[in-house]
Amino acid sequence: MKRKMVTIDGNEAAAFVAHKVNEVIAIYPITPSSTMGELSDEYSAKGQKNIWGTVPSVTEMQSEGGAAGAVHGALQTGALTTTFTASQGLLLMIPNMYKIAGELTSTVFHVTARSLAAQGLSIFGDHSDVMAARQTGWIMLASNNPQEVMDTALIAHRATLEAHLPVIHFFDGFRTSHEVSKIEQLTSEDLKAMMPDHLVIAHRKKALTPDSPVMRGTAQNPDVYFQGRETVNPFYEKTPGIIQKVMDEFAGLTGRQYRLFDYYGAPDADRVIIMMGSGAEAASETVDYLASRGEKIGLIKVRLYRPFSREHLIQALPVTTKALAVLDRTKEPGSNGEPLYHDVLTALTESMQDGTLPTASFPKFIGGRYGLSSKEFTPAMIKAIYDELKKDKPKNHFTIGITDDLTNSHLVYDADFTTETPDVFRGMFYGLGADGTVGANKNSIKIIGEETSNFAQGYFVYDSKKSGSMTTSHLRFGKKPIRSTYLISRPTFVACHQFAFVEKFDMLAEAEPGAVFLLNSPYSKEEVWNHLPGRMQQQIISRKIRFYVIDGLEVAKKTGMGGRINTIMQTCFFAISGVLSREEAIGKIKDAVKKTYGKKGEEIVRKNFEAIDQTLENLFEVNYPATVTGTLAEPAVVSDLAPDFVKKVTSLMMAGKGDQITTSMMPADGTWPTATTQWEKRNIASEIPVWDPETCIQCGKCALVCPHAVIRIKAYDGKYLSGSPETFKSTEAKGREFDPGTKYTIQIAPEDCTGCELCVEICPAKNKQNTSLKAINMATQLPIRETEKKNWDFFLNLPEYDRSKVNASTVKGSQLLQPLFEFSGACAGCGETPYLKLVSQLFGDRMVVANATGCSSIYGGNLPTTPWAKNKEGRGPAWSNSLFEDNAEFGLGYRLSIDKHKEMATEYLISLKDQLDPALVEGILSAEQKEEHEIFAQRERVDKLKTALKTLTGSAAVMLLTLADYLVKKSVWIVGGDGWAYDIGYGGLDHVLTSGRNVNILVLDTEVYSNTGGQMSKSTPMGAVAKFAAGGKRNGKKDLGLIAMSYGNVYVARIAMGASDVQTIKAIQEAEKYDGPSLIIAYSHCIAHGYNLKYGMQQQKLAVDSGHWNLFRYNPDLVSENKNPFQLDSKAPKIRLEDYIYNETRYKMLTKMHPETAKMLLDQNQKDVQARWKHYETLASEDFSTNGNGINPVRKEN
Amino acid sequence: MDISTNYLGLKLKSPLVASASPLSTDVAKVRQLEDAGASAVVMYSLFEEQIEHDNQALDTFLEQGTESFAEALDYFPTPEEYYNREAEDYLEQIHKLKKAVDIPVIASLNGVTPGGWTKYARKMQDAGADAIELNVYHIATDFSKSALDVENIYIEDLKSVKYAVTIPVSIKVGPYFSSFANMAKRLNEAGADGLVLFNRFYQPDIDLDALEVMPNLQFSSPAEMRLPLRWLAILYGHLNSCSLAATTGVHSSYDVLKLIMAGADVTMLASALLKNGIGRLTEIEMEMKHWMEEHEYESLSQMRGSMSYRHVKDPAAFTRANYMKTLQSIK
Repeated sequence: MKRKMVTIDGNEAAAFVAHKVNEVIAIYPITPSSTMGELSDEYSAKGQKNIWGTVPSVTEMQSEGGAAGAVHGALQTGALTTTFTASQGLLLMIPNMYKIAGELTSTVFHVTARSLAAQGLSIFGDHSDVMAARQTGWIMLASNNPQEVMDTALIAHRATLEAHLPVIHFFDGFRTSHEVSKIEQLTSEDLKAMMPDHLVIAHRKKALTPDSPVMRGTAQNPDVYFQGRETVNPFYEKTPGIIQKVMDEFAGLTGRQYRLFDYYGAPDADRVIIMMGSGAEAASETVDYLASRGEKIGLIKVRLYRPFSREHLIQALPVTTKALAVLDRTKEPGSNGEPLYHDVLTALTESMQDGTLPTASFPKFIGGRYGLSSKEFTPAMIKAIYDELKKDKPKNHFTIGITDDLTNSHLVYDADFTTETPDVFRGMFYGLGADGTVGANKNSIKIIGEETSNFAQGYFVYDSKKSGSMTTSHLRFGKKPIRSTYLISRPTFVACHQFAFVEKFDMLAEAEPGAVFLLNSPYSKEEVWNHLPGRMQQQIISRKIRFYVIDGLEVAKKTGMGGRINTIMQTCFFAISGVLSREEAIGKIKDAVKKTYGKKGEEIVRKNFEAIDQTLENLFEVNYPATVTGTLAEPAVVSDLAPDFVKKVTSLMMAGKGDQITTSMMPADGTWPTATTQWEKRNIASEIPVWDPETCIQCGKCALVCPHAVIRIKAYDGKYLSGSPETFKSTEAKGREFDPGTKYTIQIAPEDCTGCELCVEICPAKNKQNTSLKAINMATQLPIRETEKKNWDFFLNLPEYDRSKVNASTVKGSQLLQPLFEFSGACAGCGETPYLKLVSQLFGDRMVVANATGCSSIYGGNLPTTPWAKNKEGRGPAWSNSLFEDNAEFGLGYRLSIDKHKEMATEYLISLKDQLDPALVEGILSAEQKEEHEIFAQRERVDKLKTALKTLTGSAAVMLLTLADYLVKKSVWIVGGDGWAYDIGYGGLDHVLTSGRNVNILVLDTEVYSNTGGQMSKSTPMGAVAKFAAGGKRNGKKDLGLIAMSYGNVYVARIAMGASDVQTIKAIQEAEKYDGPSLIIAYSHCIAHGYNLKYGMQQQKLAVDSGHWNLFRYNPDLVSENKNPFQLDSKAPKIRLEDYIYNETRYKMLTKMHPETAKMLLDQNQKDVQARWKHYETLASEDFSTNGNGINPVRKEN
Repeated sequence: MDISTNYLGLKLKSPLVASASPLSTDVAKVRQLEDAGASAVVMYSLFEEQIEHDNQALDTFLEQGTESFAEALDYFPTPEEYYNREAEDYLEQIHKLKKAVDIPVIASLNGVTPGGWTKYARKMQDAGADAIELNVYHIATDFSKSALDVENIYIEDLKSVKYAVTIPVSIKVGPYFSSFANMAKRLNEAGADGLVLFNRFYQPDIDLDALEVMPNLQFSSPAEMRLPLRWLAILYGHLNSCSLAATTGVHSSYDVLKLIMAGADVTMLASALLKNGIGRLTEIEMEMKHWMEEHEYESLSQMRGSMSYRHVKDPAAFTRANYMKTLQSIK
């Protein structure tokens, strides 16, 4: 039977099979596996059935631990069940995995193997996670490419039923999960043939049922537990045979033969590498290359890792083997070698012992580590390993792919070695996330993969920022299947879709001689040459590169495509590359456009067609001179003023050369300097705000809402203006709080702005002559960049306003405080960061942050540069991220430690009282520290104390010196999103709320898991479409505030900056002041809501006006004043809910997909709004004037 | 007493037609309209521009931020078939209304592109609409376009729809033409089966606090029927097989009677029903019959056009003289 060829990635390949052969699917998002859950949810939402004709039930859980529990339960009650996960998620499943295996239960977990968080988190691929689960008793099957993922998924689902053991089916995160590849899709008949009914029935018959009751999960004692553990041995003994049999059966069906250990290479190899995962693909390519040149080498691909079959391994090993290298894609610090190394070593040793070792003698045997966190693993590295095996004493426990100048573990390799062949097209495309480059390339792969006989591979690299991010697409096409599981090193086609990149990146560094360079350029074919850097000109000349230009943006503008140049650049690619004939290619692109956009309306299709047609007329080959005219000097990546570490280490990462950083250059314990984003000048905004002092009313709102802290305000003595740059603007400071002669400036950081326009939208002041202008207006960045840079530098050197004089409870006052959170990598227009920035302004010099994993930990802590900053005194927020699930507990730990240290400092201080100034000691001990000036005074007292302590001897004085700073109030902030607070971290959050300890919990509530791409959380409102709620969420949002209030001793506030900035500031200040746990739930607009985020603050207001988001504060301190602790800060709903929600795609799309459901949910949601309001009103009207009558007793002491 | 009338070749039991309004989005309301005496219903308008705009907006926002960040390659589930939901819903609503009521259902279309006009018109016909009312809502802001250029847009739109469908097509226009009599004639010649007089435009207002322009649409007032009244009177008898409908400002039985006397075949009501409820229709019909009885009229056709420019004693009253007279009366 002819099977369909499809171009899909590894995740889709796994999800395709998993959804077809399961009845119950429990899911939870985690990168890079989320797509499998999303696809399963979408398949079911669309009514797609499994091979038994039923639509699988897909349920999102609150954590991976929850998903594993649900899977365990579903299995116990007889359903065919699966889940998908990775990394920490897999770790959370381990407790259940022991049980599932112990109970001999059949299931498959599809795992995109990913690094574990250690010295730092990484979302990328290696085997750290699966290796941490190898002891659970699960079968472990590895897939090395998307085709194998689809095949092995089916083999796994079948084998588990037959072996009565659960399976971890794993493949490399990103490299395989996200590699788009042309593969043969299995048919329903294939799936049916591999999943015989009798095995399904046998599985079902194990179900717990009252109709035939049994029990499992007993507690066993010393008399029987041990024996119980050993009962399972026969199942493990049979499993390798079963799996090979299933693999053989699969081969009979499809022609693709897999073995438990697949040998590849010369039959008489003397050097052999043993490994598993995607790296084996690059290794087999290298084996082909070297073996064809006479090298006796081979490769054993491990497919079945657990149970580890010594017998099958030995069978696969060539008898001629003299040297062996076992490669592990994981790190087990302190071990005597990584897991696979040990398994193979043990196998060979045991075989040696019992005389079954086929080789003449025990081979030279080494192990090494490679590819951690998707580190490149290339043929050059593989060759180096084979070369190492030639040596008499090859290096054991080596690393490959890095320079380890600390312990010298690394092998040196020749980076110029390549196995790339001329018959494979290799294209690299540099673009911006926003310009559609990746989408267009995925489209091209589909066209070439599905419309021609070529094989195709696409892999996409994204940078670490969420705004203005660069993407690099790596595309290969060829007549043979492509096994190059590494980035393109010798491109034959380089396309640069953004002209600004020519200066920033060395895109032609490795271009093949005669390669094509396609540049999207605002300059014509005649002008462009002189706008290229000398380095690039030289590369073009010396390699005889065919150079093409198009003004893609102009074509896009002319054809109504706006800024989307994707179709245009795609057309250029086809026109030049010759992969297809021009006419054919254009036909196919148009077909693809119709397919992609057809349902989106004829107008969109028409515009795309027009863009395609106009492209060729605007595409030109450049006749370049034979001489270099540009300058060859590379601009410095960072300013000369940057600290040494930034210059030496951070700047390499910023320049995309992080691979060159050696181990000795890296911090050993994951500790990094803060305040580094200021050195990364990204210049991503084409337009930036410009201040008009004449129109400005000095309200400070523009600075308050700026997500990237690029709008700053200072009030200062006019004398500082001397020597100001010519275009520097200032005006008289308005307001009685300022001394006469105080000047006022709003300055924009021109190179750090993302151009989101939130500031312009919020600005309430209009120009009286021309109401289209405000006090802040957008202007093109380029013409004013240099002058504004000078202004910005001058501004930074103006003195900060005296904190103790600021009335920080007003917007105007708070915005005079220096932000200590700046230039983050958050999305342009982010709704979360304005809150963090505000908190950093208010308490930054004494705050310590525990940050849950999520958006805020990524824009807050993703290298190379991080936004948490320092003031001139060197104080600023200290920050760390533990995990996703434990953040409240993590932050509580901060508090416990700080409180204990404060207590110890107090004890020491009292013990040293007689040796110190009594007034100073008394002053320190009795300090209030509620207001800014009180804290300032305490800091001064502690400084005096430290000076005095230095003159004393004795251990108490020494100890107090190290603890004295704890006598100054520290502010603990526990920060995270709703995925953390409402779902995975809720248990811990709930516990911390009852702790009575002074912690401030800030929930940045976007109502979805934003960082992983918008999956539903328990905060997601009714009627919103989210991933995992593809058909719209059916139940309402959890009222976290109400739950927290029920404890009575928790300060709770719900805030929305866009609705009431004053209430926001007040709540944050009250929460911090409250000497107990505080919970602030902050409405945060988000890109996952689907509208132009410049209207984010307006949407926040509508959310409040509609009653969706009621503002309130619950302050337990008020009870003692005979006041109601609950204060409603917003008015009764005054607009219809639909007037708020239908501005957002997340709601609107449901009206377009399922209008009836949308209407029903809207009605229900509107009713809920009224009911909630009524309830809050009742709470707010409680009479507390007689103490003790309140509904919520105060329990401040725990 | 015979109050039936002919409109666009459709035999209607009375001249009281429910004009385009949100009422027609609800099948139950349309049923009530029928019970209350509406002789036909013009549906709410299908705005091609809005559909296209919505599609583009959805496309933009579904794509926003995609393929930029490794952990979040997109932010929404992949939608299936839903983009043209408004259009599909509209066609579905025609279908539903046709099943629910016996009175004719007239679809209302507001297009922006030639392709849009014809595509949706044909779909409306296929969905069962008895006629189509083209609602041309065009503010001529282009300084380079002459009056003739603007007029030609109307003519071309009408022609393209007439070419695409076989059911009757009326056209609803605004009064802002230099030579409306000529324009009406041209529309008639281009194939209009009826003219609907007149469109009401959203008139902007200024919010003094926010210094913003605010769109503003208020219910019509009875005084507004004077404008269609004049033009009906002028046009009556000058067009060839072209029905005349009065809309805007029809609030009472007197308004209906006046407009018919001026020359209307039907009168269309929306504001009156939105403001006073659907039951108002029954009252108007009763009052109208009562008046006719009292004044011994046997049928509508008897009075139709009786007060038109052609038949009135002092036709100048419909022209500038009227203005002069009004001015004098103020003195």
